[in-house]
Amino acid sequence: MNLFVKYNLETTCRTILQEQLDKFSFEYTITGMGCVKFNDRIPMDQYQKLTAELNRYGIEIIDNQKAILVQKIKETILSMLQYSDSMPLMKISSYLSEKLGESYRTLSQVFSEVCHLSIESFIIIHKIELVKQLMVSENLSLTEISYRLHYSSVAHLSNQFKKITGLTPTTFNKIVRTKRNQPLLN
Amino acid sequence: MYPATLHILLAEDDQDDRLFFRDAFDEVKIEHTLAEFEDGIDLMNYLHDTDVLPHIVFLDLNMPGKSGLECLKEIRSNNRLRDLSVAIYSTSASNNNIEETFIAGANVYIKKPKDFSTLKKIISDVIHINWQYVTDGLNRENYMLSY
Repeated sequence: MNLFVKYNLETTCRTILQEQLDKFSFEYTITGMGCVKFNDRIPMDQYQKLTAELNRYGIEIIDNQKAILVQKIKETILSMLQYSDSMPLMKISSYLSEKLGESYRTLSQVFSEVCHLSIESFIIIHKIELVKQLMVSENLSLTEISYRLHYSSVAHLSNQFKKITGLTPTTFNKIVRTKRNQPLLN
Repeated sequence: MYPATLHILLAEDDQDDRLFFRDAFDEVKIEHTLAEFEDGIDLMNYLHDTDVLPHIVFLDLNMPGKSGLECLKEIRSNNRLRDLSVAIYSTSASNNNIEETFIAGANVYIKKPKDFSTLKKIISDVIHINWQYVTDGLNRENYMLSY
């Protein structure tokens, strides 16, 4: 025997959406097709759960809330690196989660998902960028740089530099200066 | 802020090596497209022609017709192309070679490893760091990585 059904996609989706949203405790209204309005901000971990629940039904959340959070993480890290005098004494992980009001676990998950890179690697890459900048643009010595960026020693700085760039700071500096001095290609 | 897809170009005259690289790119988790060229002449013709510039170009240093280094110099002396990320690779590398290539404007120098898993790791590292230069506007003058 065959049973033929006819369904209303709009009602189906709306019902699924309602059922899933009701699992959480936030107040919401479904306004028309494809938009849900919340009265309050949703914590990121709840948001991630909701995303996962809806994904099971092939419902995707279209937004850039994650991208916004990632941007905030980056800004916090970069300003922390730029103004290294105000470098927090606490661990970066607790600093970030305190400043952004999300657990570090959530922050690092969202960050890796959007950037394909861990927060730790991001910090090291940007710290090395800063080393390059201080060396090339401000002519600071490695000793001065390691002091300013709170490296435990010049050796530690050199090792990290070499590990990330494959070049020693001295070779790097030499290449940049040679490049600057060569006549412009045209 | 985040380009949806990363565009990669590869110029390599050896068919087996192209396959090797293609497999390595397959492992990269960032969504990407890969266009392959059999020599530097084809690559440069494409670059001069295309409207969509790639985010990174991988060049074999030794190719008949137009070598990787010649392509690199041509890219760096062209206003439209000069800001492209260029990764050069070669089987052998002396420190002098590497320095010369950087001075000519390479962003990445890869000494081609013998085993596949190392190549995969390098490719993935390069793509991810390059992504940082694409998305976060890092200073390109200081963009030099040697593997």
